[in-house]
Amino acid sequence: MTFAVTILAQDAAPAAGFMPGWFMPGKGLLAISLIIVAAAVMISILWARSGRPIRIRKIAGLDAVDEAVGRATEMGRPVLFIPGIQDVDNIQTVAGITILGKVAKTAAEYDAEIEVPTTRSLVMTTAREAVHASYLSAGRTDSYNPDRIYYVSDEQFAFVAYTGGLMQRKRPAACFYFGCFFAESLILAENGNSIGAIQVAGTAETTQLPFFVASCDYTLIGEEFFAASAYLSGEPDQLGTLLGQDLVKGLAWAAVLVAALLATVAAVTGHEGIASFVNGARAALGGG
Amino acid sequence: MGRNAAAVLASIVGLVMVLTAFARPLEFLGTAVVDWFNVLAAIAFVLGGANLLKMNLLKISARDAGWGYSAVTVCVFLVTIGVGLLKVGAHPDPLHPDVALSGDKEAVGGAFWWLYEYAMSPITSTLFALLAFYVASAAFRAFRAKNTAAILLLGTAFIVLLGRVYVGVLLTSWIPADNAWVSWMRLENLSGIIMGVFNNAGTRAMMIGIAIGIAATSLKILVGLDRSYLGSSD
Amino acid sequence: MSDRPNESFLARLDRIDRRWIFLMMAIAVAGPIIWVGVTGRTFPETATPAVQGAFDAIERLPEGSKVLVSFDFDPASAGELQPMATGFIHHCQLRKHRIYAMTLWAPGSPLIGATLADVIGNDPSYRYGENFVDLGYQAGNEGVMKQVGVDFPKAFPNDSKGTPLARIPMMQGITRLSDFDILISVSAGYPGGKEWVQYGVSPTLTQGHRLPFVAGSTGVQTPQMIPYYPVQMSGILGAIKGAAEYESLVNAKASAPGETVPAKYQEAQRRMAPQLFGHSLMVGLILVGNVIFFAGRRKGAAE
Repeated sequence: MTFAVTILAQDAAPAAGFMPGWFMPGKGLLAISLIIVAAAVMISILWARSGRPIRIRKIAGLDAVDEAVGRATEMGRPVLFIPGIQDVDNIQTVAGITILGKVAKTAAEYDAEIEVPTTRSLVMTTAREAVHASYLSAGRTDSYNPDRIYYVSDEQFAFVAYTGGLMQRKRPAACFYFGCFFAESLILAENGNSIGAIQVAGTAETTQLPFFVASCDYTLIGEEFFAASAYLSGEPDQLGTLLGQDLVKGLAWAAVLVAALLATVAAVTGHEGIASFVNGARAALGGG
Repeated sequence: MGRNAAAVLASIVGLVMVLTAFARPLEFLGTAVVDWFNVLAAIAFVLGGANLLKMNLLKISARDAGWGYSAVTVCVFLVTIGVGLLKVGAHPDPLHPDVALSGDKEAVGGAFWWLYEYAMSPITSTLFALLAFYVASAAFRAFRAKNTAAILLLGTAFIVLLGRVYVGVLLTSWIPADNAWVSWMRLENLSGIIMGVFNNAGTRAMMIGIAIGIAATSLKILVGLDRSYLGSSD
Repeated sequence: MSDRPNESFLARLDRIDRRWIFLMMAIAVAGPIIWVGVTGRTFPETATPAVQGAFDAIERLPEGSKVLVSFDFDPASAGELQPMATGFIHHCQLRKHRIYAMTLWAPGSPLIGATLADVIGNDPSYRYGENFVDLGYQAGNEGVMKQVGVDFPKAFPNDSKGTPLARIPMMQGITRLSDFDILISVSAGYPGGKEWVQYGVSPTLTQGHRLPFVAGSTGVQTPQMIPYYPVQMSGILGAIKGAAEYESLVNAKASAPGETVPAKYQEAQRRMAPQLFGHSLMVGLILVGNVIFFAGRRKGAAE
């Protein structure tokens, strides 16, 4: 048992012979975790490609996209989409823009006006590409207006001041908030609530989820947000990644359970071998 | 062809960036790529500024609803750029007093400092303070005991709201603080237990799930399964 | 006059214009601010373990230790975080630690200068370049954090005034993050405490020399930071309450009982009074909202 921990120990030096000289010390466990996650996702994609069905539970917020855009069309009011306030190097922004593509396609099909204010010019450029592609695929290139996707300000509260005013003036019927948000989330959501808009939000920022849950009609929590693109596309490859995510989560769950049980047994019985293993694993994980 | 090439480039760069976290010989690339992105983002400011001017000037010329705000935006934008670039009112660097534009634009007393201190600072603080008002109206409207989960939420909210201020200390001050069997029921201690145990467990679980979600989404982009960020192939 | 004559009081209350609620909150906050301003009175504070841990982490360092303070906030969140930053700098000054101030937020740069000027002021025992230095802002978010972990001078080649680090005496011997004796982050969001744990502190945990880390964060961010306490973080100041507790600890150290504490070192404690009334108002609003809800349900069931 001690030998197994040593192999995984973060400070196994190259002199011990387990790791090559070019490999950074202390990264062994991270590399193994990365391989496990990648393998689980790739295996799940292959599983999905083999034609086996994958059941995904309903995500109400995403099923409501059509309803929300349709409502906006009926009321003759625009759809507002905010892809977060971080730059395109943030994975939440990329996920948000992926969903923007789907929402924009629905808006194109319904002939609804979609407006996308952004806080970063690179996000503006990427969002324009995504929306343009959606309008193309919907066969409504003539309706695409790049000026509807624009840059406002990098400053968080300047952006929310603008969007608050936009909401009060243009009164969008549907508001979508998908991306990385911070303190402005409650101001956005409360403004949207005050104008009677149907609101769907999704973010991985745990600190902002309570505000969205309180003020929005539908909220995608954490990994539901990352699952959205796969859910909306329905492609087997994308659904396979969801299965892979769940596999890894199951492994993490099992690891936490086993570790908690071992630590409890060690604390209660005082068994030296188990205590040594638990302490070694804690040190390997950087627990100090 | 263009879209495929972009996806391949994204995959290669992404893979190299992953390797920089593990391979010592590639470590320098990690910081270099971050620097490249910073340069791109800085250039993108020009793009953003041009777009900002264009959109607001269009609104002014068309007299759209709220065009007055656009006029204010354009004026302030140009003034701030001018003041910053020209270092208006900045004292010269004491070491190089004869060199033009040598002073620190953020130094106290300069025009840029004045804009930061008397415009940006109070405005952003005020907007942040709006959260207190919005959270009060959200609490009145949304915190209703519609089901068991909502009741638990309400109870937690009461404990934490009161436990974080002096009134919570007063309300349960009659509970002995030195008796381990009952002291946990004091509101300030209950609040700490909720934060340290229940919130901790939930937050850790969500963080694990989110981290796995980020890894899977990034993997999709790296292997080219998700190309929505690339736009159309036309 | 109501346009629904048969509407009950509770039903009308349910439709209350939110601006009345805004007005109530304004009075609940403004009133105590005026009261505190006139009377100067504050509530007593007892430090929680997380705040005590933050205090002890700085207190147990030998005099003259190297303290890196990251001002990762902007004027918007200064209302909640400025007292923390002031408290940390004041505590370091009392312990005669060497203060290295930096920021990863562009609007945070002037706040460093203002805080150092406010706290250190004209203290003759604190000389710029020997006892404290302002390294200013560096763009790059986590990239800077990773870089300071391996090559600090490359991440910050100059101080905020443009002076090369080689000409600053207290920067001699600083090559990487682990050369500091403690890291303090006062953070409002991204990049902030969480990123410092991930990219700054965690690498040191597995390399033999753990860098002590203390953070101050906004109330909203605190639940996200709590999981890192007490392993990756020695202590955390959560919201203005944490700042008030920390202030009371530092002021107890700095001032004799009965001695007047300067107002600038009581800012967090002074803000607890409006916090009390604000929270009480919210509890009241939630209770009223639920009374309306249950009354409406009972009426609906009766009909």
